[in-house]
Amino acid sequence: MTVKKLTKGNIALAEGAIQAGCRFYFGYPITPQNDIPEYLAKHLPEVGGTFIPAESEIASINMVLGAGASGERAMTSSSGPGISLMQEGLSYLAGSEIPGLVVNIMRCGPGLGGIAPTQGDYTQAVHGGGHGDYRNIVLAPASVQEMFDLTIKAFELADRYRMVSIILADAMVGQFQEPCRLTPEKPIVMPDKPWALRGRQGRNPQLLKSLYLGPGEQEAHNLDLQKKYAEVQKNEVLCEEKFLDDAEIMIVAFGTPSRIAKTAIRMAREQGIRVGLLRPITLFPFPSEQVRAHSARIGKVLVVEMNTGQMLYDVKIAAHKDAAISFYGRPGGGIPFPNEVLAEIRKALE
Amino acid sequence: MYYDIIMTGFGGQGIQTISLILALAAMKKDLEVTYLPSYGVEKRGGRTNVYVTIADQEIGSPISNTPSALLALDLIGLEFYQDMLEKGSLLVANTSLIPEDRIRVKEGVSVLKVRINDQAVAMGNPRLANMITLGCFIGALPVLAYADLEAVIGEVIPERLRETIPDNLRAITRGIEIVKETR
Repeated sequence: MTVKKLTKGNIALAEGAIQAGCRFYFGYPITPQNDIPEYLAKHLPEVGGTFIPAESEIASINMVLGAGASGERAMTSSSGPGISLMQEGLSYLAGSEIPGLVVNIMRCGPGLGGIAPTQGDYTQAVHGGGHGDYRNIVLAPASVQEMFDLTIKAFELADRYRMVSIILADAMVGQFQEPCRLTPEKPIVMPDKPWALRGRQGRNPQLLKSLYLGPGEQEAHNLDLQKKYAEVQKNEVLCEEKFLDDAEIMIVAFGTPSRIAKTAIRMAREQGIRVGLLRPITLFPFPSEQVRAHSARIGKVLVVEMNTGQMLYDVKIAAHKDAAISFYGRPGGGIPFPNEVLAEIRKALE
Repeated sequence: MYYDIIMTGFGGQGIQTISLILALAAMKKDLEVTYLPSYGVEKRGGRTNVYVTIADQEIGSPISNTPSALLALDLIGLEFYQDMLEKGSLLVANTSLIPEDRIRVKEGVSVLKVRINDQAVAMGNPRLANMITLGCFIGALPVLAYADLEAVIGEVIPERLRETIPDNLRAITRGIEIVKETR
């Protein structure tokens, strides 16, 4: 039997990073993610890793760029205000195709906001943040086990595609505890990184950069990036599909709202209302094809988020043109409780 | 089975300790469990609110506004949560710190009023109040048995307080007895 330990989400993530072979952490404190640097400050040096409490989030992300350029698995973690400061660096990492992990344990915004759970940073993580035509891989854990497993996955995907992976979790997922298996599902394989800058050692000179000034160079670089992003979209979609076969309405939710939706679905089914769940685990690549297929068949879709409707746009773009899409959102630390979601299900079915 | 439990009181009452015992005991029995201790600006004397869900099936929401049980160790906690209790749920109210006339729950809510602090003093140690609460809870709602808690208490009580374990176990037993005496 696999041994499980009652573990906090943030700790599972930090331990997952160590087991994934991450040996460099750079970060600046902010609630609700402080357990991550606290844990790594203690345990990263034990495996020969380097923990640097950076002077700012801007410094943190650029240290990730440096460590990533040398081929090492490196990460930073923060929350909304800190992640905003990192956006320039994220754009540079994307432009120079340097892998790294950025963890955002979301707190309320805008501004300094508050420390309650929220999902207000979806658009920033999935659609933008920094300048330029780029994407990040975005993973959205909804359990403590996924905080561990998806952190390992995030490093693998980052290396495979030479992209930044973002773990986007709300503060509830970071702070609550569940039994968790703290061993990897499969052995960790460190890929070769011939592009890494570790000293020339006889090979031809090479460079990691995002500045391309020659005629047509920047456009070609952008098109190459897009080709890579299309490949990610094609190969790496992850989602949970539950109770969809007989559903008369489909909920689309990620992170904590997906957990709440599961309770609402249990309540609904006890009352004979057939509700299903599509839970995106990857937000980029978004499970657009799954949304399209299920919405075409089921017809009614309810999007539940802890914001005022950010993933909603991706669902609308992906959904079948005839699908009726409704939305229930609670921003700024509001929790969409199960009985409230159930009321929204009833409303959508009227 | 599917129990979502809210425990509320102020920092220092030992709520984090008993909720952790409950969560670990459930895990040891191979039940599903989610455990959300409050986080943020709390400190000794501040608010403490804990959500524990224990089930024999996949747990959805780790947080509830229709809990199966509320353990209210003080008045502020009671007044914040008591309206959430629906018919069939359980309230354990610490009437050492909650005036009885402030308990206003819906019809059909089972209410267990226990002067928990006084009971702890009667046992010779006011710090046993949290364990008496835990005993009252499992005495009133058969989520877990005494033996389940006994099996994990050593993992929760720190090494330096090891010699308090027998007293803590006696307090849990006392809590179970109180429920029997009350009913």
